[in-house]
Amino acid sequence: MLDLLNLRTNMSTPESYIPILLQMGVAVGFVVLTLSISHLLGPSRKTAKKEDNFECGIEIKGDARFPVSVKYFLSAILFVLFDVEVIFFYPYAVNFKSMGWDGFMAVLAFVSIFLMGFLYVWKRGALEWEK
Amino acid sequence: MDYALILEKLILIVVILAVTLVIALYLTFGERKIAAYFQDRLGPNRVGPLGLLQPFADGGKLLFKEEIIPKTAEKWLFIIGPATAMVVATITSAVIPWGTSIEIFGRNVSLQVADVDIGVLYVMGIVSIGVYGIMIGGWASNNKYSLYGAIRASAQMISYELSMGLALIAVVMMSGTLSLREMVEQQHGLNWNIWYQPLGFLLFFVCALAECNRAPFDLAECETELIGGYHAEYSSMKLGFYLFSEYINMFVSSAVMASVYLGGYNFPGMDAIANPTVLSLLQVAVMFAKIFFFVFVFMWIRWTLPRFRYDQLMRLGWKSLIPLAIINMVVTGAVMLLNQ
Repeated sequence: MLDLLNLRTNMSTPESYIPILLQMGVAVGFVVLTLSISHLLGPSRKTAKKEDNFECGIEIKGDARFPVSVKYFLSAILFVLFDVEVIFFYPYAVNFKSMGWDGFMAVLAFVSIFLMGFLYVWKRGALEWEK
Repeated sequence: MDYALILEKLILIVVILAVTLVIALYLTFGERKIAAYFQDRLGPNRVGPLGLLQPFADGGKLLFKEEIIPKTAEKWLFIIGPATAMVVATITSAVIPWGTSIEIFGRNVSLQVADVDIGVLYVMGIVSIGVYGIMIGGWASNNKYSLYGAIRASAQMISYELSMGLALIAVVMMSGTLSLREMVEQQHGLNWNIWYQPLGFLLFFVCALAECNRAPFDLAECETELIGGYHAEYSSMKLGFYLFSEYINMFVSSAVMASVYLGGYNFPGMDAIANPTVLSLLQVAVMFAKIFFFVFVFMWIRWTLPRFRYDQLMRLGWKSLIPLAIINMVVTGAVMLLNQ
């Protein structure tokens, strides 16, 4: 594994990430500044009706703190599961050319495990939205 | 890293941010003009010559509007939501190579903010954070419409992120690097990745549409069912941030697609140009031409195709795109090894 890492000659140093931090700083500064300016410039004439939640002709009953369909949470869990597996492909993909057929066979085994899990959730109906 | 370099990067960052914002402003104008053209109308033409000052009038209006925070909303999260959306939209551009480099006052200035060797992973990581802006805003509004919009958007974005990651793997296998700069350098002239990865490109493009919440995947703000979706309660510049971030995301994802699949700043016949300054400027122009082409296609699709139903959207994402992306990856690997 070590000599695979050494194949990469132009590794970036921690210093190459400084510009990213700078850009994040500039972006946060811009957002805070614009929001503050807009807060100061806009009028502030609050009334009780204005501060109510938006409704569409029908009085609101309760608030938006209620249980929603479990399908959404199932998608979120499946996403976490599969996204971790997808990330495992990346180091392989970068070193793909140097690993040849042996590496490809090993990854095929991994892909089949991925597919088994995927087919399992498919057949169990976790991806059905109509029911 | 010396101070001159940091200053140089800061100037570059501010220039890119300013250009991004102006482009985002004019994309809103472009969208309205293109929509008007598609629907046989005139579109905005009253503010300034040909209506060209319209985006500034809109932006100024948002800035001077009253901020309303509903009394049932979580105040700080309500503010953090749009702020996150905007910050995330503006920091993705850090790893995009806009051109090679250019000579200014005797200094060789690279036209890329940060040349890190994990550029592709950085883009994917920031895209994932994009979900938070919408989810926090929608949840903090404490409005049922907003919550439904936010949950729909989150489930959609994470589903399409999977196939997006899988589609990119095939390109990474071909180029053997995660650095966007190296990836673009390898596509010299007309040797673009799209010729080798047509399916991968198509998958990535569909996922980019879904990630940007653009039609036909704009269920998050489906006005007939959800009024305005996750930003129904927003007003003033906070609403402006949600709207602008959508256009900035469109611009940046077009830039990523142009770099990864369409050769970035490369164009056929680029070796014939001897003057390095002219070449750099032409490269930047070519990069922006590709970006605006993609942005136009985004708008074209929005004003042509009807919206998906939610179950169709999820079926497409999970049952079509993911298997296709895996097949694309395995076939790419096998073909590359056979040709070795």
